[in-house]
Amino acid sequence: MATEVKVAWGPRKDNKFIGKDVPRLDGAEKATGAAKYSADVNPKGCLYAKLLTFKGGHGKVKSLDLSAALKVPGVKAVHAFVKVGDEVSWDGAMIAAVAAERQEQAEDGVRAIVFAFDAMEHFVDEDDLAGATKLHDLRTSELQKTFPDDIQKLLAKKKDDLTDDEKKKLDPFQKQLDGVSRIKPLGDNTQGDIAAALKSAAVVHKGYYGIATISHMCLEPHGSCCEMDGGNKLTANLSTQNVSGTAGQFAAPLGLDAADVTVLCNYIGGGFGSKFAAGDWGVAAAKMAKETGRPVRLMLDRATELKIAGTRPSGFADITIAADKDGKIVAWDSHHWGSSGEMKGGTIALNQFPYVFDFENRNRKATGLMTNSGPNQAWRAPPHPQLCALTDTAIDDIAAKLGKSAVDVFLANIDRTPEKLQRTYVAEIKRAAELIGWAKKWHPHGKGKDGPVKHGLGMAIHKWGGGAGKGTCRLKVHPDGTVESFSGTQDLGTGTRTAIAMVIAETLGLQLSDIKVRIGSSAYPASGGSGGSTTIGGVAGPNRRAACEVLGKVFDLVAEKHKVDAATLAAKDSKIWSNGKEVCSWKQACSLVGNMALEVQGEGPKNDGLTTVDVGGCQMADVAVDTETGIVRINQFVAIQDCGLVVDHMTAKSQVYGSMIMGIAYALSEEQILDNKTGRYINADLENYKLPRIGDIGELIVEMYQPDSEYERGIVGLGEPPVISCGAAISNAVANAIGVRVPTIPLTPKRVLDALKAAKA
Amino acid sequence: MRDLRDETIPQNGSGVNRRDFLRGSGAAVAVTALATSEQGAVAQDAKKSVRTAEPQDITLNVNGKDHKVKVENRVTLLDTLRDDLNLTGCKDVCDTTNCGACTVLIDGKVTYACTRLAVECVGKKVVTVESLAANDPVVAGFVKHDALQCGFCTPGFVMATKAFCDKNPGATLDQVRKGLGGNICRCGTYVGITACAMELVKKGGK
Amino acid sequence: MRSFEYARPETEGEALELLSEHGGNTAVLAGGTDLMNLLKRDVIQPDRVVDIKNVSSWRGIKRHEDGVLIGANVTLDEINEHAISADYRSLIDVIDGIRAIQITAHGTVAGDLCQLPHCWYFRNGYGLLAMKDGESLVATGDNRYHAILGNSGPAKFVSASRFAPPAIAWDAKVRIVTRRPANVEHVSNVLPANAKKTEHVENVLHEEWLPLEYFFLTPKTNGQGVTVLKPGQVITHLWLPAASDTRSATYEVLELNGLDQPQASAACCLGLDGGIVRHAKIVLGHVAPTPWIAHEAAKWLVGQQLTSDIAETAGRMAVSKATPLSHNDYKVQMAQTAVKRALLKATNQLGEVL
Repeated sequence: MATEVKVAWGPRKDNKFIGKDVPRLDGAEKATGAAKYSADVNPKGCLYAKLLTFKGGHGKVKSLDLSAALKVPGVKAVHAFVKVGDEVSWDGAMIAAVAAERQEQAEDGVRAIVFAFDAMEHFVDEDDLAGATKLHDLRTSELQKTFPDDIQKLLAKKKDDLTDDEKKKLDPFQKQLDGVSRIKPLGDNTQGDIAAALKSAAVVHKGYYGIATISHMCLEPHGSCCEMDGGNKLTANLSTQNVSGTAGQFAAPLGLDAADVTVLCNYIGGGFGSKFAAGDWGVAAAKMAKETGRPVRLMLDRATELKIAGTRPSGFADITIAADKDGKIVAWDSHHWGSSGEMKGGTIALNQFPYVFDFENRNRKATGLMTNSGPNQAWRAPPHPQLCALTDTAIDDIAAKLGKSAVDVFLANIDRTPEKLQRTYVAEIKRAAELIGWAKKWHPHGKGKDGPVKHGLGMAIHKWGGGAGKGTCRLKVHPDGTVESFSGTQDLGTGTRTAIAMVIAETLGLQLSDIKVRIGSSAYPASGGSGGSTTIGGVAGPNRRAACEVLGKVFDLVAEKHKVDAATLAAKDSKIWSNGKEVCSWKQACSLVGNMALEVQGEGPKNDGLTTVDVGGCQMADVAVDTETGIVRINQFVAIQDCGLVVDHMTAKSQVYGSMIMGIAYALSEEQILDNKTGRYINADLENYKLPRIGDIGELIVEMYQPDSEYERGIVGLGEPPVISCGAAISNAVANAIGVRVPTIPLTPKRVLDALKAAKA
Repeated sequence: MRDLRDETIPQNGSGVNRRDFLRGSGAAVAVTALATSEQGAVAQDAKKSVRTAEPQDITLNVNGKDHKVKVENRVTLLDTLRDDLNLTGCKDVCDTTNCGACTVLIDGKVTYACTRLAVECVGKKVVTVESLAANDPVVAGFVKHDALQCGFCTPGFVMATKAFCDKNPGATLDQVRKGLGGNICRCGTYVGITACAMELVKKGGK
Repeated sequence: MRSFEYARPETEGEALELLSEHGGNTAVLAGGTDLMNLLKRDVIQPDRVVDIKNVSSWRGIKRHEDGVLIGANVTLDEINEHAISADYRSLIDVIDGIRAIQITAHGTVAGDLCQLPHCWYFRNGYGLLAMKDGESLVATGDNRYHAILGNSGPAKFVSASRFAPPAIAWDAKVRIVTRRPANVEHVSNVLPANAKKTEHVENVLHEEWLPLEYFFLTPKTNGQGVTVLKPGQVITHLWLPAASDTRSATYEVLELNGLDQPQASAACCLGLDGGIVRHAKIVLGHVAPTPWIAHEAAKWLVGQQLTSDIAETAGRMAVSKATPLSHNDYKVQMAQTAVKRALLKATNQLGEVL
């Protein structure tokens, strides 16, 4: 039995790496272009694929003939995603792919494809609940009239009164109705007594709020470079945040054994929740690779990336909120709607609304809209940014109506937030207010200084689960003292390699350069997808456990050789010590393992205190609004974020900065614009899909909330929480500046000017 | 000189009357005679300089080395660098001259490689991010300030930062923000990039 | 991109010959910023791309007693770094607003003047006028970025040029040359689908100097271009009259503090005498299918002391005839503000704005 080394994190003050600012280890590789992303994989003989996509809102395929494409010089393979008679229900839907010797030849091939469709009715306005309802009633009643009389009678009956036979009979007709449907009731529920609460309230505010759909817009588009080895082995260089979970998605459609598929992703150019799957485009590349016996690279073009590779659903809400004279919220009544794309009729989950807070008297209702828009994917903390943008804005408005500062009203209602986060919220709100100078700068809504440019402050709070993803790793200690860690995880920008090396180096008392981190292959021990802010926890736990175990084994060897008590041994500064006396160097110790490397497996998550869940977070924005042009600029933007134990303070802060910048993007400028006229995602290019530039972010102030109690909690994870509050905090600051709520995020100049004009009228 | 006036009626009424127009035109023509003295030289052989649409061998000088590639006129410098020369540091992101991920230097001038045809670059010196070593001050600065996350925009940003800082020693924060406004990062690494660029321009650009 | 021939002429004569062939279905490549976009999106399909960067007589900035001559190959950086930048502030304001060193290093003013509209219907393949079954998609579609002036006809896009407003305010002229008398109808050399194939008539150089304000056209059909340029024609030079003590400024409303298309802009040139306006020209950009000259507002300014209130009124006058579409009422406010701020900027009176 090997000596047991204590797995729990050591005392904070003793750490050499953990919690310190460590630049990421693969930084230079990325910055010099040496890092190879999936889009950069360029094997000899590689074919390049291009897509034919649908250019409309809704249609039925009338004709599709790929044979002309195959005659185009250089074209080696074609792939159809649809067949004649299929419905295509959103702009950008894939019709066919063409693989050729060169990119331009593939484009020629795409142009040669014969494709025609019959246009069908489209509906794309995700905010238009009334329009969707009207269209729904019209189309379903039109269709019902064509059904046989007995079916119509059954449809008129209450669902609960139907017998099983009747239900069965009705099923095909119901499916037809669903096909033309445009709205889906998603339920409602109530607690307390709304009417009484409204009556007794000091102030009541009714407001309309919205947050538009955005696209993930990964800089590296979705896609892969697939290569067959012989007839039955596939290597897929897939741009994925789920290295260990995607092999099967290639294997089944290709008729391969999952064990014969290797997914590789050494570097990934952004995912944000949208790159968990192989995708139809990935399977198409693999199939064409199989057919031609050549590597095939298929990366989505920019427009298609924006349209179909992932969006965050919209949300809109009518909210009635009421408070007593002290700012305590006494009633909440909301109806929210939106679209989750793909004609699915989903929207933000009913039971998470209102967000963070729950009020004694509360009613809520949700309706999904079925729009001709592309698929949603998980987007950084789903669906918290939308929930926060709809909730914290309404709270801010009731504060304004009372003439109170938002800080006071949020604090007055902290007892309605989850109990375990309450103390954190209070500390974070106070610290954020201090850093932004709230007390000095704040003025009631719309009561700032004269002149066309108005300044304002706004805040919001959020929560997230986080924790540790499932994961395993293999740790090898070589006889020469080098340490190798293998796991099928990925570096989404999180600094995964660096965090792994830090944890191992800290545990074994080594330098970072002694640790070789191998990730990005499904051939390595399985590790969870990077989602839910669970990557750092997911890799740190197994690597810490494995390092502790391997250290125990090394201690045993040292103890035997040097005749010391293994229980007295410690590893520090690349040496092994016994009660503060040097025994031997790490290298000497490792030479004792013999010819073969020592190898152990690490697993997680475990309930041993290395990782935990649940964080809060507070953000405050100081903005300037030009009331004559509608332009909003960020002056200062403060984030206070707890996340348990911080592994790499530098990359952790970078995650928060990055989230805030992404937050500024969706708060101010980026959105999917679906054109009612054509049904198309009309701004699917980077000129019109507006992302903030380096000059658009103002001064960002990030502070990790790090009392010792946070360190002692263990790792939680951080990629998502700081992106949640941005929309509400910025919207609230704009409302504070101009005295008018700009209802829908992003707060573009158009929306700001329109809101100012409406308020004047 | 032919009077185009009738064909170019201003859309919202013009304040210029015909006499003014003619007088103005005359004055300008006199000037051009000086300026475009070469205009008389009619090309004898315009045809010779036309490259047909077929793929042809060209030589590109990239990072100080000559490379032979066979490409059509329509192939961009970006695609040639990536697909033919396997210099994948410059990335294909927006493809519509908006994002800067494909930034390279051509004859020392900073350029979006997606706005250049490969054939345009014959006889020019192309410099890509691959020419930079890990200890290059810009690369080291990006690492030091953690000016990168996923890293996909990073090579383009490194090249833009290098070009900007080399040309603008002593630049202010406002100038840095304007100068680097031609690049997009999605992960949100602007804070680190700004810190890196400010440090470089303070040191005199290198 | 579709395939095309490529040529890199070195003299004007050679360039013009190359541009006039293929019935003039040729495209000029200078900075490439807009051209490459149009080619990639298959909006234009030229038979030949003529790279004019090696035409030496189209390079350089030359000062003359009565003005400045700027070649079509002169980059924005070259203008910015030249001594003339002190005189023509309104042009420098635009360069300053581009905020992308990759574009200012290679982009040219002539290229900017010849940009095709950025209208998203046009760029997504619905044609210049975005008509479908005889109906304007813009009129009832998403027209948030479209015209608020001069939009009563079928053209509802906005002129894309950022330099045209200040250059027109300066009474700039452009030199347009062709290899043959161009006497065909107005057709654009970049809309080949509609370009007429014209026989090569005469091998002589034809040049004209055109006030820039006459350069832009509002097309009535998809076949007409957005400028007077006919197949085979090209702008070779820009002429700016001597600045003397004229004051100028451009104010662009830019949503992003980085590379972005203005949502409205205004440029002005002012002659002042003891604070009293003696001469004024105001031109708006991105509000109409062509750059839009605000004659009335400029005329009204003459004789006034230019104060903030006067600038405000001039701004209001400049947009008084605006006819916003269903989604772009906000642009009226923006354009009005741009005029006011350009006037205040030219007279150093502009306070805190974003």
